[in-house]
Amino acid sequence: MSPSGAEIISFIKSQISEVDPAEVHDLLGDGVVLVDVRETLEFEAGHLPGAKHVPRGHLESRIEGAAPDRSQRVILYCASGQRSALAAHTMTDLLGYERVESMTGGITLWKDRGYEVLVPRTLDAEQRERYSRHLLIPEIGMEGQQKLLDAKVLLLGAGGLGSPTALYLAAAGVGTLGIVDSDVVDLSNLQRQVIHTTDRIGVPKVDSAETSIHGINPNVEVVKYRTRLDASNIMEIIEGYDVIVDGVDNFPTRYLLNDATVRLGIPVVSAAILGFDGQLSVFKPFDGPCYRCLFREPPPAELAPSCGANGVLGVLPGTMGLLQATEVIKLVTGAGDPLIGKLLLYDALGTTFTTVRIHRDPDCPICSRDPESIADEEMGVFPDYEAFCAAAG
Amino acid sequence: MATIRIPPVLRPSVGGEKELTADGATVGELLQSLAETHPATRGQLFSAEGELNRYVNVYLNDEDVRVLGGLDTPVGDADTVVILPAMAGG
Repeated sequence: MSPSGAEIISFIKSQISEVDPAEVHDLLGDGVVLVDVRETLEFEAGHLPGAKHVPRGHLESRIEGAAPDRSQRVILYCASGQRSALAAHTMTDLLGYERVESMTGGITLWKDRGYEVLVPRTLDAEQRERYSRHLLIPEIGMEGQQKLLDAKVLLLGAGGLGSPTALYLAAAGVGTLGIVDSDVVDLSNLQRQVIHTTDRIGVPKVDSAETSIHGINPNVEVVKYRTRLDASNIMEIIEGYDVIVDGVDNFPTRYLLNDATVRLGIPVVSAAILGFDGQLSVFKPFDGPCYRCLFREPPPAELAPSCGANGVLGVLPGTMGLLQATEVIKLVTGAGDPLIGKLLLYDALGTTFTTVRIHRDPDCPICSRDPESIADEEMGVFPDYEAFCAAAG
Repeated sequence: MATIRIPPVLRPSVGGEKELTADGATVGELLQSLAETHPATRGQLFSAEGELNRYVNVYLNDEDVRVLGGLDTPVGDADTVVILPAMAGG
């Protein structure tokens, strides 16, 4: 006669190592891999601090993501210590893990002993479906999606660069999108500013952008600033944002933004475009160079291409804006290596991407100093500032 | 003959070319040679004192020449020099 399920479990428990919750409690944070093998709903109702989640049904296919090193000490737990015992047996016998233990009594005994249980924030059913393709990639996952939902990102301009950035960040679930733009939608914008539409010509860009953002994701909070960023309003507007996306079309505002963000310690994802060429970098104060480390001063007005009426390939701000959106998501979630200390040059005609290194300038007039010492009247100022602005008109 | 990549804002000064080759044993010589062949670039690259303008960055391959040997940085035939003035279009 075949053994009963209870007999099998009892036999398997005799074959594996078990560990008492008291010992697990002492080991928390000691580099031991702690894995919860229960189902998703059980995990979300509360789990041990620092536990990774690999449901027993996905053990063979997913355990390497949680415990890549087979010689590492791994402790499994479930509700009462049965499923974790079976999983420990599988990992030891079939998967070749060398130091796997099952926690006696599971999370039930853990709670009875009065130890801490974490209840993770979860997504509702609509969010789970909407962001399902993010949840499937480990670099984002539930934790990254929560960070995106909590993030506040400010877009300077709802123009060429800001349009695709805003749409994709809204779609990705960034919780709050601030938009600074004083213009109204013009027919000549629609060759590239894809957040606006023909029937919204004449409408303020912040309102038009809000309509499109809510069209793709009604849960995004849109904060509208129908104004031009200047020295009188910059500190008030940018404070409290986690990341700023810079797509402004003039040098004085770029320097002003740099100085204010260094002062407040806010990272800036910056892009510039002209014709068929684009530039991209991430300026994270004190982790890497700032805009003034890269360009101590702007070119004279006659060489500053933004000051005249210059053309741009309509697709180019799309390409560069989406590279900006990608860097924003990396900064918010912590995934990958943001483009800090590097400048990407994109040549659309030659289809070349070139990356050059940029360095912190030890003599930088702004970021080499104590940020508290940067005075209001210094921000955005550079040699010949008055002449520059007069010439630029 | 090293390769020089010309940024959009300087292309009108070199007949629209995106890349040129020039002679020179150092970055400075290479840029001087460019300025001699295409005089319209001189004022954009160099100050009246002959220094590289502060709003122009020059990279040898992927490194800023200011952290190498500046204009004295040696250049080989296989090298690419990137001239990069600030750009602000959005």
